[in-house]
Amino acid sequence: MHNKETLIQWLLATVALSAIAVLALIIIFIFKEGSPVIARLGLAKFITGTKWSPTRGMFGILPMILGSVWVTLGALLIGVPMGLATAIFLAEMAPPGASRILKFAIQLLAGIPSVVFGFIGLVILVPFIRQWIGGPGFSVLAAAIVLGIMILPTIVSVCYDVFKAVPEAYREGMLALGATRWQTIKMVVLPAAKSGIIAAVILGMGRAIGETMAVIMVAGNATKIPVSPLEPVRTLTSNIALEMGYAIGEHREALFATGIVLFIIIALLNTLARIVARSEKV
Amino acid sequence: MKMTDRRITLLFTCITGLTILILVFIIGFIMVKGLPGLTLSFLLESPKEMGRTGGIFPAIVGTVLLTGMAVVIAAPVGVLTAVYLTEYTRDTWLPKIVRFGTESLAGIPSIIFGLFGFLFFVIYMDLGWSVLSGALTLSAMILPTIVRTSEEAIRAVPDAYREVSFALGSTRWQTVTSVVLPSAKPGIMTGVMLAVGRAIGETAAVIFTAGSSLRLPGTLLDSTRTLPVHFYILAREGISLENAYSTALVLILLILVINITAYAVMNRLANKGR
Repeated sequence: MHNKETLIQWLLATVALSAIAVLALIIIFIFKEGSPVIARLGLAKFITGTKWSPTRGMFGILPMILGSVWVTLGALLIGVPMGLATAIFLAEMAPPGASRILKFAIQLLAGIPSVVFGFIGLVILVPFIRQWIGGPGFSVLAAAIVLGIMILPTIVSVCYDVFKAVPEAYREGMLALGATRWQTIKMVVLPAAKSGIIAAVILGMGRAIGETMAVIMVAGNATKIPVSPLEPVRTLTSNIALEMGYAIGEHREALFATGIVLFIIIALLNTLARIVARSEKV
Repeated sequence: MKMTDRRITLLFTCITGLTILILVFIIGFIMVKGLPGLTLSFLLESPKEMGRTGGIFPAIVGTVLLTGMAVVIAAPVGVLTAVYLTEYTRDTWLPKIVRFGTESLAGIPSIIFGLFGFLFFVIYMDLGWSVLSGALTLSAMILPTIVRTSEEAIRAVPDAYREVSFALGSTRWQTVTSVVLPSAKPGIMTGVMLAVGRAIGETAAVIFTAGSSLRLPGTLLDSTRTLPVHFYILAREGISLENAYSTALVLILLILVINITAYAVMNRLANKGR
């Protein structure tokens, strides 16, 4: 009897290790495929090079790194204030019944596939920007708006949970002192929820940087560094997805190398999120 | 003072309204544009001329096959991982590593899963662009969701249940199979359905591992095309906007039904708990 239990425990432990095994395989295979080209060109040249021209053997991904950064910052600029305001409304202001239904609706927004977001951006947002704001329409701005909307559900649901975790006594104390509801939110709830909000922002950032299909459809994908939000842009993820279909040899290696850079950025963000989450518990 | 309070409430109400409006707009827009083309023959016929005319039957089959297999692979692994994390671990290094693994996996973007699946399953394991490669890649992608939700469901099972089982002389494994898992089943099902909802809409990880063949897959080693991939190709290459809208509608309806059912199960659970 006891032996059987020990066996089961070890079997379970083995199964449980499959997640870390997959993670290890991902790292091994992508690094193995992508690192030779980085070694040949030199890391500095690869990530600071401004020319991406696979047919001439030029692989500089600075435009894509900056592209990812601009688009992600833009998405945060739109998604964080909107998400935060929505979460505050749902957690602190709305009647509980309405809040439940609205929160459910926002969770459904998270279920819409990224290709559909991209498509709506393509047929509505891009022509709108072209006609009313300027430029070709395919732009940093279009990508930022689409991504900003896509990260809304993440920001809202994480912030909502964080606000709900702030003890009711804090609010009551403030209200008893004669503070208004907004003063209570501003001076008690938000400061208490600060690290949770930061964690939500980092999570949203990770989602935005990693998003591919929606961005491809609205960003224009030009391989030059954009100087205005109305210019087309290519992100790290789109660079991989656009050219993987036909790339061979060194070109394909360079796409996996792009994957390595993306992977490292995501790993840094995850570590940051973990540190923030830990500091909250203490 | 009261004035600013009212104004801010109004502002935040408007922003929340805007968020909801975007959701309603996206679903409504796809509905209006896609409904005219959504006929029974659209669902049951094969595409002709690269999808310009004809239906989406092979893409529906491909989606169901790929997602179904991904769940069949990921669900047992995910649930057993959750059982291990909740019922079997004392504070050692092993569960910490397991948790690090699932958390890290959850943060990896789908395009990276696509690259990995292409290198590992398609080329290294020599499975080619196939249903199997796609399903294995998707299963790795949805594993963290299943682990996390199963863990929550198992943790919600009251300790008293376990104590009674132990008191009756059951071993730990007997307790898990006859007491813990049956009580946690609805919660686990919710998690699995949410994972299915995510897998169905996935494009980037699937297009490089399952390929985009329009033919009905005969074996698991045949290439196939899922609904989001079909939609992406129709829309991006401008093959047929009309069919793209109808494909998107089928996709969205599928995901909405699955997610609404999942949340309904979850809500019933939450209400029962009270």
